Amino acid sequence: MPVDEKLVPAPMPVPEADSREGYYGAFGGRFVSETLMFALDELTVAMKDVVASAAFQAEWRELLASYVGRPTPLSSADRLARALDAEHTKIARLFLKREDLCHTGAHKINNALGQVLLAKRMGKARIIAETGAGQHGVATATAAALLGLPCDVFMGESDVARQAPNVARMTMLGARVIPVTSGSKTLKDAMNEALRDWVTNVGTTYYCIGSAAGPHPYPELVASFQSVIGEEARAQILAATGALPDGVVACVGGGSNAIGMFRAFMKDDSVALFGVEAAGHGVHTDKHAATLTAGRKGILHGSLSYVLSNDEGQVQEAHSISAGLDYPGVGPEHAHLKDSARARYLSATDHEAITAATLVTRTEGILPALETAHAFARVRDIAAILSAERGRPVTLAFCLSGRGDKDLATYLRERERAEKDPS
Amino acid sequence: MNGRIERAFARARDAKRKLLVTYLCIGDPNEAESLALAKACVDAGADILELGSPFSDPTADGPVIARASERSIAAGGGLTMTLRVATALRASYTELPLVLFGYYNPLYVRGTGKAVLAAREAGIDALLVVDLPFGHGDELMTAARANDLRVVPLVAPTSTDAHVARLLQHGADAGFVYYVSVAGVTGNAAAPLLEAAARATQVRAQTGLPVVIGFGIDGPEKAKLAARGADGVVVGTAIVREIENATSPDARIANVKALVSCLRTALDGESAPEAPHPR
Repeated sequence: MPVDEKLVPAPMPVPEADSREGYYGAFGGRFVSETLMFALDELTVAMKDVVASAAFQAEWRELLASYVGRPTPLSSADRLARALDAEHTKIARLFLKREDLCHTGAHKINNALGQVLLAKRMGKARIIAETGAGQHGVATATAAALLGLPCDVFMGESDVARQAPNVARMTMLGARVIPVTSGSKTLKDAMNEALRDWVTNVGTTYYCIGSAAGPHPYPELVASFQSVIGEEARAQILAATGALPDGVVACVGGGSNAIGMFRAFMKDDSVALFGVEAAGHGVHTDKHAATLTAGRKGILHGSLSYVLSNDEGQVQEAHSISAGLDYPGVGPEHAHLKDSARARYLSATDHEAITAATLVTRTEGILPALETAHAFARVRDIAAILSAERGRPVTLAFCLSGRGDKDLATYLRERERAEKDPS
Repeated sequence: MNGRIERAFARARDAKRKLLVTYLCIGDPNEAESLALAKACVDAGADILELGSPFSDPTADGPVIARASERSIAAGGGLTMTLRVATALRASYTELPLVLFGYYNPLYVRGTGKAVLAAREAGIDALLVVDLPFGHGDELMTAARANDLRVVPLVAPTSTDAHVARLLQHGADAGFVYYVSVAGVTGNAAAPLLEAAARATQVRAQTGLPVVIGFGIDGPEKAKLAARGADGVVVGTAIVREIENATSPDARIANVKALVSCLRTALDGESAPEAPHPR
């Protein structure tokens, strides 16, 4: 039967930024099964009433100070800056926000402590989490141990193998690590399994999401806890230089450290925001995780954002040497920042990340996480872009999101491979 | 209005008969067999077919349907194949209600409006999008209404009164309500079906819409139990498990037919509830 084309409605007009609750421009929302809707409503209320309360903020911030070790330092990376720009024409100063010095070795603990504290206030009896690199799993297991709640962590089988030290840490902390064998056996599949557990145990269990992704209110909740990174960094760089930086740089998988860093600078129009995704073997291959660079709009894990998916709408397996960036989705706020051009997103390959990690370690004596190493790999290019725009060398604030102890085996293996086969 | 769904419920009501809704993951194990299996379900007494369009990340489904989705995708399954199978079924059955069951991303990626139009052209009567809660998919709703397709809402044990109230306001052309028996994924053997039947009866009275119960109904006894409070039941995982376990195409057809017949017989031993007529 022929159908009148006029019957096909025009696409809905894209609403103004943030006009609907839980949306960042056109992105975000709450695309989950009906069973979870009440739990997300409950969490939204808790976010507004509990997290915003003075008592909660005082307790969380006290833990950040006395337990996590905040504020983390802002280090001036002079030797790295000169190694990247010997002529001094592009980089004036390079500052590193040292989230690697947080307890457990990455920014993930800021959010995990906040959410587990919230779970306790909400009367939940059990914590579940998904993890890729294991940093969020370790952070959640740590917070659960500190606050006395049982914790199950879902982790893709591939990640269990490549992040063995973190699996051992979670086990030592008393958490149960549940290997996920479906799909690509990485972060995406761990999140699927965590959602299935949550929908089954929704009354008693708190799902602690580690990325600024997932259904509303998670992206906002995670961003609010991670914003402490940028708040501190902004004050520290003002104190150190008397001015705001020209640019802010962070790696982006789901995007939690990046959004935490960006938020404080969002209204500073003079500050350019740069995110660096994982290009795996290259964004022109089918083995990458550069969702914003090469993905399309779609729905994964409860929100509308950019997704790596094929024409049939099947989500594709991402690839990155870094388990923490190996995710075919990205937080919805980053999608909005990209489309509104407030932030720019670049990517770095596996190989570039390994090379950058070595340079950072040998010039600054800091072993960065593989995730962070991707952002380091683009600092020279970002400085080139920005210094060209501004006609002078620029100052950059870089979020050093985590330390690389967990990646040592990968670094050593890849270096050995490179020495054998210099091509 | 095409009305196949409304007529199916009206016929069942008049005959004091419970509806049997069967789910298949289209493309598991392949397209030709899916078509044959769908026909087998109808021959054995299914009243409505749910054509499951496989998705790579089926978070609302348990391991059995998740595995079926993986098999289907590996065999080229997806929205395109599911609509092709719907077209073939529609050619054989002019009055059989067909529900397209799936996740939002495949529809969104095709373009929601285009996907809905394609569904209509394939002879689909209703859409059930598990990760698009009622009231959160304006674009889909608008397109579905323009194309005379129903959008079946889900009600879960955790649904708020506000949700049921929204159905009252906007659900008049929903066709029917799908009551999810248990907070959990598909194939949950521990679903409290007696409670589900009681709640479904309430929802039926509150909304004036026919209600079917799904999730965790894996055999005749549970089907009978759940059907007491509803207009019908949905069986999915149990059928998919037969497909997974059988070792030949013939055995798959035979085993699915046997299961559906057995469910049909069990439901026919249960008379329709004396509830107010859904509008």
